[in-house]
Amino acid sequence: MSEPDDKVRRVVAGAVQRHAGENGPLLEILHAVQNELGCVPGEAIAPLADALNLSRAEVHGVVSFYHHFRAAAPGRYVVQLCRAEACQSMNAQATETRARELLGVDMGSTTADGRVTLEAVYCLGNCACAPSIMVNGELHGRVTPERFAELAAEWGQRS
Amino acid sequence: MNAPVTVYVPADAGALSLGADRVASAIVAGASARGQNVNLVRNGSRGLYWLEPLVEVVTPAGRVAYGPVNAGDVTALLEAGLLEGAPHALRRGDIESLDWLKSQQRLTGARLGIVNPADIDDYIAHGGYIGLSTALTLAPAAIVKMITDSGLRGRGGAAFPTGIKWQTVLDQPVAQKYIACNADEGDSGTFSDRMLMEGDPFALIEGMTIAARAVGANRGYIYLRVEYPHAARALAKALSAARARGYLGENIRESGFSFDISIRLGAGAYICGEETSMLESLEGRRGEVRVRPPLPAIKGLFGQPTVVNNVVTLATVPVVLAKGAQFYQDFGVGRSRGTIPLQLAGNVKRGGLVERAFGLTVNQLVYDYGGGSASGRPVRAVQIGGPLGAYLPESQFDTPLEYEALSARSALLGHGGVVVFDDSVDMAKMARYALEFCAVESCGKCTPCRIGSTRGVELVDRIVAGANGSRAADLALLDELCDTMFNGSLCGLGGMTPFPVRSALKHFRNDFMK
Ligand SMILES: Cc1cc2nc3c(=O)[nH]c(=O)nc-3n(C[C@H](O)[C@H](O)[C@H](O)COP(=O)(O)O)c2cc1C
Ligand code: SF4
Ligand code: FES
Repeated sequence: MSEPDDKVRRVVAGAVQRHAGENGPLLEILHAVQNELGCVPGEAIAPLADALNLSRAEVHGVVSFYHHFRAAAPGRYVVQLCRAEACQSMNAQATETRARELLGVDMGSTTADGRVTLEAVYCLGNCACAPSIMVNGELHGRVTPERFAELAAEWGQRS
Repeated sequence: MNAPVTVYVPADAGALSLGADRVASAIVAGASARGQNVNLVRNGSRGLYWLEPLVEVVTPAGRVAYGPVNAGDVTALLEAGLLEGAPHALRRGDIESLDWLKSQQRLTGARLGIVNPADIDDYIAHGGYIGLSTALTLAPAAIVKMITDSGLRGRGGAAFPTGIKWQTVLDQPVAQKYIACNADEGDSGTFSDRMLMEGDPFALIEGMTIAARAVGANRGYIYLRVEYPHAARALAKALSAARARGYLGENIRESGFSFDISIRLGAGAYICGEETSMLESLEGRRGEVRVRPPLPAIKGLFGQPTVVNNVVTLATVPVVLAKGAQFYQDFGVGRSRGTIPLQLAGNVKRGGLVERAFGLTVNQLVYDYGGGSASGRPVRAVQIGGPLGAYLPESQFDTPLEYEALSARSALLGHGGVVVFDDSVDMAKMARYALEFCAVESCGKCTPCRIGSTRGVELVDRIVAGANGSRAADLALLDELCDTMFNGSLCGLGGMTPFPVRSALKHFRNDFMK
């Protein structure tokens, strides 16, 4: 068996073991897998189903239901732009437009150099400091197009 | 070195988003370069977000606030005498004497921004765990009665009387029961759950413990949205501290009563805030809404009787127990008793958390607290209660913020989020967005929501385009579609999407007719 598949199996087994004995642990396990691998790859479905005595369809159904779980590893920087109403009211659209221009990608995609993944989210709970974005779990408030460009420069993406 | 000066710099996610960590390090480094020792406390936010990062220095005369402080301001601030509370352009003095805060009635959020959220002794020193001590001396039915008498209704959105819910769970003659805290807070414009979890997590823990004691549960879960990593860390710390001190776990405070809490993370699905969908998700499944009955209070998590309550609801419970049902009941208007943490956000000059007795008007909130729009342009609309809430035009800003008054105007309070829009807003776009949001977030279980939302987006597009003279017919069709979604949806996602759409059509019809 190939190298990456071994790693997936090891990570799945570890996550399953850590959450053994918990009631309904699938989401917890999926979080653990994604934290370690950056995603929940297709090869993880079968071993997960076997370990939890579920059908593959059930596991796939859960993984695909939630926006947070992804099938492929993202870029080094995961940039989530809030698109919900409070951010809209502060012209988040302009920031989003600038972000796409600067990075040359659409929402939901990763830059060609694999550095940045741009994603939409619907509220980060920072609505009084809108517009908001989250970068690898770090929240930024009052992100104007100019501020976005500064941050993007920090990720090594010059305009 | 001199005696250390205590400095508060919030570690609230909102303050962090504006650079609070950099401010904190700059203060510590700058002070130490001046031979001054600083005792840095990372508090929560007091909710004055236009002043974040808000730095407070403890002086012999009390806490002196400065804000908004950027890392670049710190050197000048230290030179001016920040650590002695000296004058400076950013000095706000005693923050509690500011009208914005002084006029509030903080019961649930009484400790926000004041205490160190990681320090259980600070919590206790500020009135924490009095409620639980009281609860431990009462019979379960007496605790439930206090909650019922207080008039507390669920703050998550549905406004269902909390006491009645607890009574139902108490009445179930089974051994295994659960407390499930709904910390999914998916509504745009809402952040009071987050602030409480980050700024006063013990209040939630104490509230859940009292709930468990009241209904006979021994296990609790906090279903926390994955978008809140800071809250997850704050809660995890507080849970360990509570366990270490015997406020959670086996034989709590030698009372013979045992209860413990785990955090479970969501995975980015708005519908998982709906209580039955949340339970499915907690069980590790797709967050599809369950058909009711049975109610979660009878057959909930893992098939057992379960109290499902929102963070604010549960964090309010300790106050009721500590101060009495009558004390709480004395706040508010009509059937909306107690206080409500209103969250003011969007295009507003002074956004943040305003906790008041029910009954404040939209005008008071938007203008007296908010100071009008951030852009300086006229305010045109507010959306209350998240993406499924109605839009109100300025002519209705006299509406009091309480459940029945809003409902009389085909609006709802929801989780208390108020989002302000200036006159650049295109309300046809906002109506379209509401339908699109419903389509993206639909759990897919019923047709009116799953298909209707997508059809609605198409219809709004056609109406706005005004193509081939079909506008009148399309408007009538959209109205019918709203009827179908309202009456035919299994849960509030499909059932309430007509609120923003219809209110936009009713109050801002011209935006559809360009
Ligand atoms: C689509 C939808 C989303 C909801 N989202 C939340 C939420 O994020 N947080 C919450 O506490 N309640 C939410 N609710 C309300 C819950 O279903 C439930 O009424 C609430 O958690 C009960 O707690 P409470 O009585 O303390 O308010 C939502 C309801 C619907 C229909
Ligand atoms: S209304 Fe929408 S979210 Fe609610 S049950 Fe139906 S399909 Fe699911
Ligand atoms: S609406 Fe963007 S953070 Fe809440």
